[in-house]
Amino acid sequence: MKISRAIIYTVLVVMALLFLVPLGVVIANSLRASQEIASTSMIGWPRQLIFGNYPEAWNQFCMAEHCWGIAPYMRNSLSLAIPATLLSTMLGALAGYSIALWRFRGDNIVFALVTLGIFLPEQMKLIPWVVVLRDLGLMNTIAGLVLIHTVQGLSFTTLFCRNYYVGIPQDLLKAARIDGAGFFRIFWRIILPLSPPILIVTVIFQFTGIWNEFLFGVTFTSGDQQPVTAALIALSAAITSEPLYGVQSAAVLIAALPTLLVYLFGGKYFMSGLTAGAIK
Amino acid sequence: MAALSIRGLSKRFANLEVLKGIDLDIESGEFAVLVGPSGCGKSTLLSIIAGLERASGGTIEIGGRIVNDVAPKDRDIAMVFQSYALYPSMTVRQNITFGMECRHVPKPEQDAAVANVAKLLQIEPLLGRRPSQLSGGQRQRVAMGRALVRDPLLFLFDEPLSNLDAKLRVEMRMEIKRLHARIGATIVYVTHDQIEAMTMATRIAVMHKGEVQQFADPDTIYRYPANLFVAGFMGSPPMNTMPARLVAEDGAPVVVIGAGRPDEVRLRLQGYDAAAAFRDSEVVLGIRPECIAEGQRGFAGTSNGPIVVNAPVEMCEPTGAETIVSLRLGGERALARISPDIRPAPGALAPFALDTRRICLFDPATERLIA
Repeated sequence: MKISRAIIYTVLVVMALLFLVPLGVVIANSLRASQEIASTSMIGWPRQLIFGNYPEAWNQFCMAEHCWGIAPYMRNSLSLAIPATLLSTMLGALAGYSIALWRFRGDNIVFALVTLGIFLPEQMKLIPWVVVLRDLGLMNTIAGLVLIHTVQGLSFTTLFCRNYYVGIPQDLLKAARIDGAGFFRIFWRIILPLSPPILIVTVIFQFTGIWNEFLFGVTFTSGDQQPVTAALIALSAAITSEPLYGVQSAAVLIAALPTLLVYLFGGKYFMSGLTAGAIK
Repeated sequence: MAALSIRGLSKRFANLEVLKGIDLDIESGEFAVLVGPSGCGKSTLLSIIAGLERASGGTIEIGGRIVNDVAPKDRDIAMVFQSYALYPSMTVRQNITFGMECRHVPKPEQDAAVANVAKLLQIEPLLGRRPSQLSGGQRQRVAMGRALVRDPLLFLFDEPLSNLDAKLRVEMRMEIKRLHARIGATIVYVTHDQIEAMTMATRIAVMHKGEVQQFADPDTIYRYPANLFVAGFMGSPPMNTMPARLVAEDGAPVVVIGAGRPDEVRLRLQGYDAAAAFRDSEVVLGIRPECIAEGQRGFAGTSNGPIVVNAPVEMCEPTGAETIVSLRLGGERALARISPDIRPAPGALAPFALDTRRICLFDPATERLIA
């Protein structure tokens, strides 16, 4: 009994360490001077703790002929991820509500088509989006990326919300209809106040997904319109003379910070929201 | 004036016909109960009256106005659900005022109406609470408050007491009945519980297989069930039914149970003129368990004493208030309700008094009541 428990813990700890090694290397490198890394090895403890990599990565480092660090790209990512997250979550909640609670002709087919979007590979959607963005005049704009992520996020958010709302008893809707409430009033006054568990899940899911998204960012934007994920590539491309691993590591960590924070503060809700059942 | 009038109402789900031409007229101030086993269509009928589902055919009139194409909110109805359907995120007060808010009733009027209803149902201390903080009985009251505050032409109740425990159910049953007597509202009440139907209704519609089997006051339903289904559904234990033969003796009808057997039972009937056509043919005899009692019992209003037969006892079930005895009449099994302190020995013969005035005769072919 005790031995088997010890084995379980050993295996788990080893797995966790293996999984965390890349993060550890990046954190260590972000605190080392680039010369130190270059002269010794990519992997190693800092001989001397240096914090200068962070301010340099934030707003001094030069890449793609600008010397303003990754700060503007962080702002781009925020002004992309926040509206796209909120829009796709709200629309998904509304769509999930209508599919789950208002029966209409062909509702199951609509639901099947919407969720089909989850299984379509992103590369397949590149060309159609090129046409759409070009015709709308949204090429190389943050607004264009907001549109893409809002539309593409709908598949997931609709699925999540629909599966949560099917647990709401039909009698609530019947009572509200007799009381004289319509589609939007029922959503706003009765359904939405019951939704925080699933809305937190979709917000976390969408925000992480949109923040980390790379393909559309690098395809449809360039220069100062790029989200931070795309800009990080430019950062590594800018390295000509000597590889600046210290600054790069700091930049990567800064870029990962928002999703890390979302995970730290929202992870608990994420787990409980996914398993939350019907409303009593 | 008929508060609710239903004509030839039918409802079909794909190939399944759940309501087959329902006709009902419910007068203003009536407490009409729709009762029947599950799947009989009673809840569907209520949903169609409420406008939550569409009829496949026929008309529904509420207060003299045909409402087939009127939205639920404009039908001047209020509904109480089995699950109570209280809005979980709202307080009791908001639950009650939500309908008025939707109809844009001015705030002072809303407050007056809530105060009124809260006092009537004694839920004033609960107004600030949420449904999750209420007990089952309290939720039930709030659900009724939400309906009452509307002061509608028609109240619809969909099995409102099924989720309560037995004791509370009896209390709420009396309370709803008192409430009806006090406000004189028109109520259509759906239940599968025949005791609820008997105790509360001014008229009962017994439903089975999408049809109204009988629509009458509780006494008529109980005393003269229109057919064998009603006889078997209403009453607990249900009416005893058994094959018998109707013959004539000195011009009077006599019903024979187990004809030709040594222990055949011959019961002379008085009246039953409607049964003349069935003389010398098979019938189904129905007799309520309370019309079979211990031998020394006299039934009220009998002139020449009850008919007493000796019958073999199979089993005794003392319930405290009475003893239920399973016995054989001319070979046919029947249940009797006798005094609680009498315990006839199983396997032995015991005398039983029969109230033959309350025997029902049914046509074995159509299962309808003959007399």
